[in-house]
Amino acid sequence: MSRKNNMLKQKKINARILKDKIFSGVIFLFSFITISPIIFIIINLISKGYKQINLSFFTETTPDTYEAMVAVSNNKIIPGGILNGITGSFLMVSLASIMAIPIGILIGIYLYENSSKRYANIVRDITDILQGVPSIVLGLISYFWVVKNITNGFSALAGSTALAIMMLPLIIRSTEETFKMIPGTIKEAAIALGVPYHKIIFRVLIPTGFSGLLTGILLAISRIIGETAPLMLTALGSMKVSFNIEKPISAVPLLIWEFYNDPNMVNLIWASSLFLMIFVLTLNLLSKYIVQRSI
Amino acid sequence: MELIKHIKDPLLELKNLTVSYNKTKEAVTNVSVGIKKNKVTAIMGPSGCGKSTLLRAVNRMHALYPNIEVQGEIFLNGENISSMSDILLRRKIGMVFQRPNPFPTMSIYDNVIAGYKLNGIRIKKNKKDEIVEKALNDVALWDEVKDSLNKKGTFLSGGQQQRLCIARAIAFLPDVILLDEPTSALDPIATKKVEELLVELKEKYTIILVTHNMAQAARISDYSMFMYLGKLIEYGKTKNMFINPIDKRTEEYLTGKFS
Amino acid sequence: MNSEKTTKLILFFASLIVIFILFGMVFSLIDGAVPIFKKFGFGFLFSSKWNPTEGHEAYGALPFIIGTLVTSIIALLICFPLAFSTSLFIGEYYKGTKLAKLVGTLVDMLAGIPSIVYGLWGFYVLRPIIIDLGFNDQGYGIFTSGLILAIMIVPYSTSISTEIISMVSKDLKEAAYSLGATRKDVILNVIIPNASSGIFTSYILAFGRALGETMAVTMLIGNANKIPVSIFDTGNTMASVIANQFGEADGLKLSALIAIALLLFLISGIVNGIGKIVIKKVY
Repeated sequence: MSRKNNMLKQKKINARILKDKIFSGVIFLFSFITISPIIFIIINLISKGYKQINLSFFTETTPDTYEAMVAVSNNKIIPGGILNGITGSFLMVSLASIMAIPIGILIGIYLYENSSKRYANIVRDITDILQGVPSIVLGLISYFWVVKNITNGFSALAGSTALAIMMLPLIIRSTEETFKMIPGTIKEAAIALGVPYHKIIFRVLIPTGFSGLLTGILLAISRIIGETAPLMLTALGSMKVSFNIEKPISAVPLLIWEFYNDPNMVNLIWASSLFLMIFVLTLNLLSKYIVQRSI
Repeated sequence: MELIKHIKDPLLELKNLTVSYNKTKEAVTNVSVGIKKNKVTAIMGPSGCGKSTLLRAVNRMHALYPNIEVQGEIFLNGENISSMSDILLRRKIGMVFQRPNPFPTMSIYDNVIAGYKLNGIRIKKNKKDEIVEKALNDVALWDEVKDSLNKKGTFLSGGQQQRLCIARAIAFLPDVILLDEPTSALDPIATKKVEELLVELKEKYTIILVTHNMAQAARISDYSMFMYLGKLIEYGKTKNMFINPIDKRTEEYLTGKFS
Repeated sequence: MNSEKTTKLILFFASLIVIFILFGMVFSLIDGAVPIFKKFGFGFLFSSKWNPTEGHEAYGALPFIIGTLVTSIIALLICFPLAFSTSLFIGEYYKGTKLAKLVGTLVDMLAGIPSIVYGLWGFYVLRPIIIDLGFNDQGYGIFTSGLILAIMIVPYSTSISTEIISMVSKDLKEAAYSLGATRKDVILNVIIPNASSGIFTSYILAFGRALGETMAVTMLIGNANKIPVSIFDTGNTMASVIANQFGEADGLKLSALIAIALLLFLISGIVNGIGKIVIKKVY
């Protein structure tokens, strides 16, 4: 290979190296564009929302639109807070958890114990289908099952039902995955000791997989806490703090929707969204932390 | 520790080659050696001695991994390769890996000329056919696959796959072929075929072969390097090294005192 | 053991619950949709009328089917280059590094933001930009919704693609490099062919998610019950029309909305099903 030949080849190769660099440049640019929304959103929420966050934000209920208008026109912070939303969300999430977690864990255990059977695979597929159902459809279903037939009107129970159906597939899958990661030898050791079946589940498997189960629960909660659409059709909303599951109730996302529809409440939107986002991100980080610690 | 320091007109020369990981651990320390043209040179040594690391430094595979640093110089045909881009260098120096790795999404035909395709080199179909036929003939695979060129290579046996990988490497007509324990994943019959192939190929190519099997080195190599803990301990004509090793460590390795 | 049998029975009955819920859902949806199909037959799917006035009531699902498909397709088209580049960034270029982890975490955070917050951000931040760019006077429309949907589905497609891409074996990549390939060559000729089914699936699943998104779209699409004429026109999707029109709906109108919900359920179910089948076949 003569030197000259090498140099000619080198020129062609330089063109390819250039193309390679351009390609990477485009990839990096697009990646940067991809992560920019989250940065912008966080910055926007914080900068627009921090002003409204004070103690009364958490302890008082929503102001009426006239109070808000007066405050805004005087350049003051809107009085009141989102207590009704916080308590409403808390109630519905708790109720949904009570409905979905025990059943979800049981079904997850069933799938884990019977993973090779055809029936179990069908159940798993159905779980996946359920997971993909748009939340508004679930809201509509809960409207018919609960609002129309059980509580005769919009209610916290209806909202919780929709949320529970959303949580269920997530809990089922994470339970099954968690148990699958437990080494088989632990179960075998328990069997060899003559431990009865149900005790193996409750005294051995569940404690061992506890962090995984907890993570699944936290993630499921973080998923449903921001949901608005199904609640619009079921819980409707309320100005008051209430713990009556048969009556309409508020929730943080519902309040955000109400604020959005009322031009006087705009400032409260950002504070509420900031609160919601921080809550969701905290749950996510918490679950990541739990996973790290258990490894 | 008298090594054969001067190979006349070496095709490939390594000078003071040192390879370190994470700036601290040296896997290869200060290796200098000349490789003779159209011969099979074997690199032997116990596991962890740095033989694969040394081999991979020759075609700059370490450049892919930012935590690995390579120092020293390499000369190909008298020219310092540091002036060559990685890409050009790797067209002149081909590599065959321990586990046969034909591209599973490409047909046998496309696998052989993969080098050209990946480099974006366009050639006419009949020229491509020529290259493929010649390469497959050279690795004694042509008769076995000529009717299945469009099938994907995964149905071939391990030995055939490895020969396909050799065909892929020689389709570029490189100056040097590097082989990193090419038969360790193959059964004895396939191993024998590959070994016979390498002996044939040395007429056209210069072959450097890392092996953990000293019997293999004894069977097919003309020159051998013995490495231990990253250093080049001994280098010379294979026959001489096996019959009359100069360094004590070489002797101990060859007599099986450690592996 | 008796207790074992009891436990197993309890577990079995628990498993029946999901089946009951799903079939209950399908039944309720069909039951609620019957009136509208009785009145209009399958023409309901192809009609674009939407007239709630008594005596002249007529409803059609076509504008919303189109709205859903168009917004989701736009979302997919915008999402694809972004998510794909990011998954190459995390799964190949900076694989295993802290930077990749950071970028991955930031992308995951996108998935945690509630739909309504996206709607708000889209409304107050993106809309003015769209207005400034002169695409649409009010900033509402198919394009704006598609854009925000794209951002929302990016994390789903990225996470699956990244995993698949990082699973391509080192041996294959090194073989390509050893033949003199550049990184771009390796990506185009080795990584993509070997990861293609997984990457394809991730976009199918992302598409499935986009189909059902409600709040963000509701707030940005303009709530017009017609077939949009251009991508900057307003319209409605199946999900957003249900949210927007549910308030005062009863009788035939409610039945129309339920039928639309049934359609949405079927379409997103089919899309997700295709994705799951493809991924099962290959992995």
